[in-house]
Amino acid sequence: MRNVHSIFLREIRSYFFSPIAYIVISVFLVASGFFFAGNLQFWQEASLKGSLDSIQFFLLLLTPVITMRLLSEEAKSGTIETLMTSPVTDFDVVFGKFLAGLGLYMVMILPTWIFVLFLSIFGNPDFGPIFSSYIGLTLMGGLFVSIGIFVSSLTRNQIVASVIGLISLILLWVMGFLSTYGDNWYYECLRYIGTFDHWESFTKGIVDTRDVIYYLSFTALMLFITVRVVESRKWR
Amino acid sequence: MISVKNLTKRYVNVAAVDNISFEVEDGDIVGLLGPNGAGKTTTMRILTCFMPATEGTATVAGYDVFNDSISVRQKTGYLPENVPLYLDMRVKEYLLFRARLKKIPRKHRRKKMGDCLEMCGITDVQNQIIGTLSKGYKQRVGLADALIHDPEILILDEPTIGLDPNQIIQIRKVIKDLGKKHTILLSTHILPEVEMVCNKVIIINKGKIVAMDTPSNLMNQLKSGSNVVLEIRGDGKKIKDSISRVEGIRSVVWREKGDVNEFTVEAAEGKDLREDIFKCIVKDNYILREMKRKTITLEEIFHQITTRETEEIVNNA
Ligand SMILES: Nc1ncnc2c1ncn2[C@@H]1O[C@H](COP(=O)(O)OP(=O)(O)O)[C@@H](O)[C@H]1O
Ligand SMILES: [Mg+2]
Repeated sequence: MRNVHSIFLREIRSYFFSPIAYIVISVFLVASGFFFAGNLQFWQEASLKGSLDSIQFFLLLLTPVITMRLLSEEAKSGTIETLMTSPVTDFDVVFGKFLAGLGLYMVMILPTWIFVLFLSIFGNPDFGPIFSSYIGLTLMGGLFVSIGIFVSSLTRNQIVASVIGLISLILLWVMGFLSTYGDNWYYECLRYIGTFDHWESFTKGIVDTRDVIYYLSFTALMLFITVRVVESRKWR
Repeated sequence: MISVKNLTKRYVNVAAVDNISFEVEDGDIVGLLGPNGAGKTTTMRILTCFMPATEGTATVAGYDVFNDSISVRQKTGYLPENVPLYLDMRVKEYLLFRARLKKIPRKHRRKKMGDCLEMCGITDVQNQIIGTLSKGYKQRVGLADALIHDPEILILDEPTIGLDPNQIIQIRKVIKDLGKKHTILLSTHILPEVEMVCNKVIIINKGKIVAMDTPSNLMNQLKSGSNVVLEIRGDGKKIKDSISRVEGIRSVVWREKGDVNEFTVEAAEGKDLREDIFKCIVKDNYILREMKRKTITLEEIFHQITTRETEEIVNNA
């Protein structure tokens, strides 16, 4: 855990010493503010439901930008060699970097609490769905970041990593979306794999164990595969 | 300290390292010498646990590189080829990060860092962003990182590559000083470096060890069978023929130099033929103006050994 912590700190530092953190945070803030205002005007109700749905799309766009450099940069600059020959395990490295990516993601969604504050000043929002939405956002962030870091382990080119990461996340989203068109077993499968359906229930104020398990196990699987990919350099 | 037995590393279709075995004793400074693509980096990557061997075993500081890799890494300091560093970090920050990774207790970290900065002569630039440093300084930062946890063994991959002559001299001096306290395995394709720094040389070519000894022994080994340079007046072609008949001669190269002839005579290994050659010349009444033995530098040994290998391969094919 000590190594995880060291790696986490270095990554976080590196985010905030480069423009990436500031760019994603401001893009997200502007976009979410815009949708919050729009939704508020349209629905005229003190809830985050509509805005969070729109925000999801921006998370999908921005998380790959957060994760693209995590492993590909190390491979490209060759620092993977000093990193992996210091007394740390491959898991320490992957998990530390994952936590750093998730950390930046959390920092990115943090300012949306301003909207909640705004709602509670000018209206009387139901806090249940708001809290559950944030639990959902966090779990979804974990999954998005783990997919991003996995993609980043496959290439030494950051741009390629972000593009493939984006495509994967869109596919995952579209999959869940398509599942609403039917009731067959394969629609069921799509529904389970896609993020759409699982995310829905959080915004309604429901924290269903099955959804939590979906996110956590999917994230764990992605991290497991990433560790394997990092290890695979040894067998090539 | 380091013990390598029958190590082989095969990439998809090439054996980068082919069945090599060697030992590095405590306190040695060993030079792994070989042309580009010889397998030096591959060997070092196996020893530092960056990747495993296809076959064979290696132990470093008593630990197996495959089964006990974390212990091995804790005991070795590694400077990879081309010195990869995080260019966006400050020197100080980087070294503290590395010290943490290498499990130096918090209360010793700053002192250790100070010592390493001092030893590598980079105290002045400790607050500079690594990306803004010159190649020579980056090299020293890499070296400071390799040293920071006081490893028993230092593994340095081409530590002087890409430096200017002054920087090379400085880095070599640093390495020599480090040799007093650490066991060092360094690789290079530059010969004088080995002569200057190392007390043992392993010459490696195409993944195989072709020679292994102290630099002076290596030179002595081949000196007795070394080249003799002669300056003789007379009919060059005839002289060449008669010298060639002396027993134990491997080759005679004839070059006209104004009105005299210069011959470079190579004797078979382990033979000193100067007297036989002299007798042969006197017998035929040629005039010998000069005879000198050419001392072989490591450079030539290296060249001889590596090209001989190639010839053998060509002959066998
Ligand atoms: N990742 C790799 N994949 C395939 N071949 C490689 C790889 N790394 C090195 N090689 C090959 O292995 C041989 C030895 O390389 P290397 O150990 O880097 O030599 P050196 O460090 O002595 O210059 C070379 O022929 C090189 O092309
Ligand atoms: Mg090399």
